[in-house]
Amino acid sequence: MASQKKFDLSQRRNRATLLSIIPGLGQLYNKRFLKGILLMVVTISFLITTWNYIDIGIWGLFTLGTIPREHHSIQLLIQGFISLIILAFGIAIYVYNLRDARKDAIAIEKGKPNPTLLQGVRDFYNNGFPYFMILPGLGMLLFIVVLPLLFMVALAFTNYNQYNAPPRKLLDWVGFDNFVNLINIDIWQDTFLNVFTWTIVWTVVATTLQIVLGLFLALLVNDKRIKFKRTIRTVLILPWAVPAFVSILIFSALFNPTFGAINRDILSQFNLIIPWLSDPFWAKIALIMIQTWLGFPFVFALFTGVLQSVPSDMYEAADVDGGTRAQKFRFITLPHILFATAPLLIMQYAQNFNNFNIIYLFNEGLPAVRGQNAGGTDILISWVYKLTFETNNYNMAAAITIIMGVIVMGFAFYQFRKTASFKEEGRY
Amino acid sequence: MAINRKTKSRVEVAFIYLFFIIMFILIGYPLIWTVMMSINPGTNMLVTQLIPESPTLEHYKWLFTSPNSDYLIWYRNSLGVAIANSLGSVVITSLIAYAFSRYKFIGRKYGLYMFLLLQMFPALMGMVALYILLTTIGLADSLIGLTIIYLGGQIPFNAWLVKGYFDTIPRELDEAAKIDGAGHLRIFTTIMLPLAKPILAVVALFNFMAPFMDFLLPRIVLTSPEKYTLALGLYNFINDQFSTNFTRFSAGAILIAVPIALVFLLLQRYLIGGLTAGATKG
Repeated sequence: MASQKKFDLSQRRNRATLLSIIPGLGQLYNKRFLKGILLMVVTISFLITTWNYIDIGIWGLFTLGTIPREHHSIQLLIQGFISLIILAFGIAIYVYNLRDARKDAIAIEKGKPNPTLLQGVRDFYNNGFPYFMILPGLGMLLFIVVLPLLFMVALAFTNYNQYNAPPRKLLDWVGFDNFVNLINIDIWQDTFLNVFTWTIVWTVVATTLQIVLGLFLALLVNDKRIKFKRTIRTVLILPWAVPAFVSILIFSALFNPTFGAINRDILSQFNLIIPWLSDPFWAKIALIMIQTWLGFPFVFALFTGVLQSVPSDMYEAADVDGGTRAQKFRFITLPHILFATAPLLIMQYAQNFNNFNIIYLFNEGLPAVRGQNAGGTDILISWVYKLTFETNNYNMAAAITIIMGVIVMGFAFYQFRKTASFKEEGRY
Repeated sequence: MAINRKTKSRVEVAFIYLFFIIMFILIGYPLIWTVMMSINPGTNMLVTQLIPESPTLEHYKWLFTSPNSDYLIWYRNSLGVAIANSLGSVVITSLIAYAFSRYKFIGRKYGLYMFLLLQMFPALMGMVALYILLTTIGLADSLIGLTIIYLGGQIPFNAWLVKGYFDTIPRELDEAAKIDGAGHLRIFTTIMLPLAKPILAVVALFNFMAPFMDFLLPRIVLTSPEKYTLALGLYNFINDQFSTNFTRFSAGAILIAVPIALVFLLLQRYLIGGLTAGATKG
C-alpha cells in the first residue's frame, strides 16, 4: 500500500522526480526555468567533455588494454580511477538534481510561491556553502592521497614487475596470485615471515619503551620537590625539536664501527667492539635505542600536559585514606592520563609500524641476510620501498602494502572507538 | 621517624636528579658530538677529535662560498617550497575545518572518519602512483609538484587539528554575527580566523618546517641536483661518500637544526594543546 502511494504519478512530486531523470526537465516542470536550463547545460557539457575519457577509463580499468605498446596499462589504470572519481561527482550532481526537483514540487504542492530569482540564488549559496569550502581540499585529497592508495591496491592484483612492464607488455588482472605467491614461494615466505615478525617486535618494543620512558620522566619532573622544571623540560624535549633525519644520520655515524664514537671512544675503553651495522641483532638493538631516544619527548610532553590536569583533591583524599604512592599512581594517575591520551598513544604504535625514516636512514635496512630479499632490519614499509624502487617488484610491493593497510585499519578502528570527539558528534 | 622520612626524601630527590643528569648526557652527547665534528678540520673522520685541537669554521665557509657547494640553492628551494606549503595549507585547511566545524552537510561524518583513517596511511604507500601521476602531468622533478603533494598530504591531520580548535570557539559568536547580517564568508574572515590565530600559526609553522625536514618525498620526486631541497641534498652529501663528508654534513645539518629546534621549542606547547584538544575533547 505504502509503496503504491510512493509511485502515484498524479502527485506532482513524483512527476517532477520522474521528469528530472533527464536533468533539468523536472525543474522546468516546476517552473524553475533558470535552474532547469542551467542543469541541462551542466549535464550536456559534462557528458560532452568527459564521455570519451570516462569511456576509455572504465574500459581500461577492466581490460588494462589490449594492444601491447599502443595501450599503456598503467596509464589506463590511472585514467580508470580518475574516471571513477569524475563519475562519482557526476552522480552526486545527478542525485542532487532528482532531490531538488522533488523538493521544489513538494513546496508547490503545499502552495508556497516560487522563490524569486535572487532568493533562489541566495538559497543555493547558503545550502551549498559548506560544499564550496571543502571542494578545493577534497579535490586535492582525492587526487593526492586517495587515488594513489587505490592505485596501489589495484597493483596488488596485477602482474606488474620488472619483467612485465608497460609499454612493452600489457598487464593482466591476476586475482589473488600475488598473495598466494607470498605464502607459497619459499623465498617470499621466508622473507615475509622474518620481516613481519621483526616489524611487530619493533613496533611493540620501541613504542612501549618510548612511552614508558616518557611517562617515567613526566612523573619525575612533576614531583613537587624538583626544581628548575622549565629547564629540565626544555632539555628533555630537545630530541623532538631536532629534525629527525638529522638525528638519525648522526646516530648512524655514531654507531659506525670504524669511525663512530660509540665503538671508538666509549666501548673501546672496555675493550669491546660491537658490529652495530653489520650484525642484524646489534643493528636491531641500536635501532630500538635510537627510536626510544627520538620518541620519548613527545610522550613526555603529552603526559606533562595531562598530569597537570589531574585534580589535586583526589590525591588529598587518597592521603587521608592512607593510600601509598604506588596505589595513588595505580588508581588515580594512570587511569586519568591513559584515558586522556590513549588515542595518541595508539597513533604512536601506528607511526612506528610505518617508521620508514629511521630504518632507511640508519642503515638502509641492511645488513643483507642470506636466503631472503629484504635486509636484516627491514620492516614492512622499508621492504616495500626497496621492492618498488630498487627491484621494481611492484605487484608484490602492493600486495604487502595491502597487508600493512589491513593492520593499520586495525589501529584506526580502535582509534575511532576511542576518540572522544566522535562521541559528541550527535550534537550537530 | 620524622628525620628518617626527611633523609629518605632527600635521597630520593638526589636519585631523581642523578637520573636527569644521565638523561641530559644521553640527549646532549650526540648533539654536542655533531657540533664538535663540524668544527673539526679536514674531512677524514678517522682523525676527528671530540674536542678538536684547532677548531675551525672551514666547513661552514665551504658550504656558503665554495663553487662546488649547492647549499644556498638547496636553501632557496626549501624556502620556496616551505613558504608556498605554509600559506597554502593554512588556506585549504582552514576552509575545510570551518565547514566541518560549523555546518551540517551530507558526508560530514564520513569525511571526519576519512581524515582520521588517512592520517595513518603514510604517503609512501601510494608513492608509485604519485610519481606516475606527476610524470603524466609533467610535474615530476619539479618543486611545484613536490609542493602540491605536501599540500594534499597535510590535509587529513591539519584539518582535524584546526577543526578541533574551531569547535572550541563559542558558536554564540557566529550566531550573533549572523543575526547582525554577516554572511558565511564574513563570519569566517572576521570571527573565526582572528580567533583561531594560534592554531593557524601552528599549522603555518609546521608546514613551513616540514619541507626542511622531509627527505623521502623529495628523494622520490626530485632527480636533478639543482632542484634538491636541503634534507635531500644533505642526505646525498654523506650517502655518496659517507666517511669523507661527515664533517661537512654536520655543519650543514646544524644550520638547519638550530633554527628549527629553536622555533619548535617556542611553539611545542601549542602543538600539544592542539593534539590533546583534538583527541580528547568532550
